[in-house]
Amino acid sequence: MADRAAGGIQIRNLYKIFGSDPQAYIDAVKAGMTKAELNEKHGHILGLRDINIEIPSGTIQVIMGLSGSGKSTLIRHINRLIDPTAGEVLVDGTDVVKMTEAELLSFRRQQTGMVFQKFALLPHRNVLDNTLYGLEVRGIDRQKGIDTAMRWLDRVGLKGFEQKYPNQLSGGMQQRVGLARALANDAPVLLMDEAYSALDPLIRTDMQTMLLELQKELHKTVVFITHDLDEALRLGDQIAILRDGEIIQQGSSQDIVLRPADDYVANFVKEVNRGRFIHVDAVMAPFSGSAGPDDQPAIPAEATIEEAARVVMAHPAGSATVRGKDGKAIGVVSLRDLTAAMVKAEPVATR
Amino acid sequence: MDWLVEFPHMNDDSLRALKKTIDEGFRGFTRSHGDTIEALFSPLKFFLIHSERIMVEAPWPIVTAVILAIAWIGSRSWRIVLGCLVTLLAIGFFGMWEDTMRTISMIFVCTLLAVVIGIPIGILMSRSERFRRVMNPILDVMQTMPSFVYLIPVVMLLGIGKVPGLIAVVIYAIPPMIRLTDLGIRLVDKDVLEAADAFGSSNWQKLTKVQLPLALPTVMAGINQTIMMALAMVVVASMIGVQGLGQPVLKAIANQYFTLGLFNGFAIVGIAIMFDRVSQAYGKRLQQHREVTHG
Ligand SMILES: Nc1ncnc2c1ncn2[C@@H]1O[C@H](COP(=O)(O)OP(=O)(O)OP(=O)(O)O)[C@@H](O)[C@H]1O
Ligand SMILES: [Mg+2]
Repeated sequence: MADRAAGGIQIRNLYKIFGSDPQAYIDAVKAGMTKAELNEKHGHILGLRDINIEIPSGTIQVIMGLSGSGKSTLIRHINRLIDPTAGEVLVDGTDVVKMTEAELLSFRRQQTGMVFQKFALLPHRNVLDNTLYGLEVRGIDRQKGIDTAMRWLDRVGLKGFEQKYPNQLSGGMQQRVGLARALANDAPVLLMDEAYSALDPLIRTDMQTMLLELQKELHKTVVFITHDLDEALRLGDQIAILRDGEIIQQGSSQDIVLRPADDYVANFVKEVNRGRFIHVDAVMAPFSGSAGPDDQPAIPAEATIEEAARVVMAHPAGSATVRGKDGKAIGVVSLRDLTAAMVKAEPVATR
Repeated sequence: MDWLVEFPHMNDDSLRALKKTIDEGFRGFTRSHGDTIEALFSPLKFFLIHSERIMVEAPWPIVTAVILAIAWIGSRSWRIVLGCLVTLLAIGFFGMWEDTMRTISMIFVCTLLAVVIGIPIGILMSRSERFRRVMNPILDVMQTMPSFVYLIPVVMLLGIGKVPGLIAVVIYAIPPMIRLTDLGIRLVDKDVLEAADAFGSSNWQKLTKVQLPLALPTVMAGINQTIMMALAMVVVASMIGVQGLGQPVLKAIANQYFTLGLFNGFAIVGIAIMFDRVSQAYGKRLQQHREVTHG
């Protein structure tokens, strides 16, 4: 794989209004007209309002939100399947919005791959021909295309299914084809719109694992849409939460879970299994002194509460030293702290 | 109160004058341009004559073998092939081989022409709302106007013979071809189209790699309809000099030869069923992998 410095995405002041004459209302919306008002008075629908996201190259950005919050609309702006009403979408520093028709085609062919919720495979083509569709469109020699496609089909675990048709495969397998098709392009940006939402939980976990493994090696810039928090927390380097077309919070997964910006976000995160998710350094009591007691076990800062609890319980001291990446002791946690963090619904304030 | 009883129509003299002017205008047009237009259609005539000659002059076992081979390739069903064989043998046995060959040749050329003209028009209709709005009433007229009416100007322009017959049949039989092509393309799943877009397909690539292949079963249904409608026109076309199974039927009507009419009528039904079963079976085979399923 080529080097992956490429593929950083910046979205700036992006607005989208659906309707017959969106330009007429953009100023009013910028001045603060609400979605409801725009719809009632003018019959236009506010899709996105003032979206600003910075996605560093090689990271996974998750976008979350309830149905109708504008997730699909947002991701479709990145490869301009939808034209914005105002704003910029920079991929590798080039504004997608300003591209000509021809530039856009070549941008989509070389720079992006996309995976869809309903798979969107070509039903009249077999698995192999689906996988090499992107390569075919680019005009790549068929034999070369087949080699590449076969390699990716192998990677996603579909060796031996090349000649099957989509309607002969299960949903999980169809989505593997969808993923192989997107990866075969070897594009730095991978867009996944609720790619796993239609799959049942076990297969979904498998697919998440596969994506993470692939990502370790490919370092693509992935934009992943989901309405499932566990999936978001598992995959996302960064998470943005969308409501009614606006971003109400973005940050790392720890930020979102520990410090939800408002009730909407809090509602999202309240079901999360905190013990398996929160890192122990978020609940420890930081050291004021220079060294910790040495009659207690040590745990790394990025261990989860559950892991920490297991260690602490197995030791009579009833507490543990937390060590940073460099091995220095940075704090101490007691079984009490850990239990409290696990059951507490509010953000953990002790820091 | 006269106007209540009798519809207040145009004065008889001016009505007559109107009809006369139009007729004379058209006649004048025919006189001055008839030859040019006939020359325009001469390639078609050449094609018609040759296709008919091949069908009629080729030895019957070869023709039968070719038809059965096509039936097998289309349907992959021995039952349908057997049905075709029995039909063809019966037709030959009752002495209608030559007329049947002429009719099949005519239908073949008509269908080919309808496909060549109809598919591009259907594609254009699926892409432009405005063009569809223009085409729809025209297609309505083509389907409902009694064919005798448009036979008049065609015969005035081109005289009696194969070509005017062909034109009349194509006008009558092409609307389902156009309509179903348009429909088939518009029914293509928009998620699949979006995926094609996302991978950077140009409009032409989208059309040839996605829309047309997925519309193919519907297009096949259009071809099937066109063939059936063309066959229904065989008798009408024979009135303006198209040879084939229609002419004996016409003769039977004029002379009240019941059995002659019945035999030829059955021959038309026989080839209609042959065409229908083969093209439908082919359409069904195309359909096999084209439905979208979600796990
Ligand atoms: N073409 C369109 N015309 C008008 N309104 C639209 C259009 N596309 C989307 N919308 C509206 O924009 C809003 C966001 O839609 P979007 O499909 O982006 O939501 P979503 O977050 O992807 O939801 P879901 O989870 O159901 O997929 C909705 O209110 C929707 O009705
Ligand atoms: Mg969506």
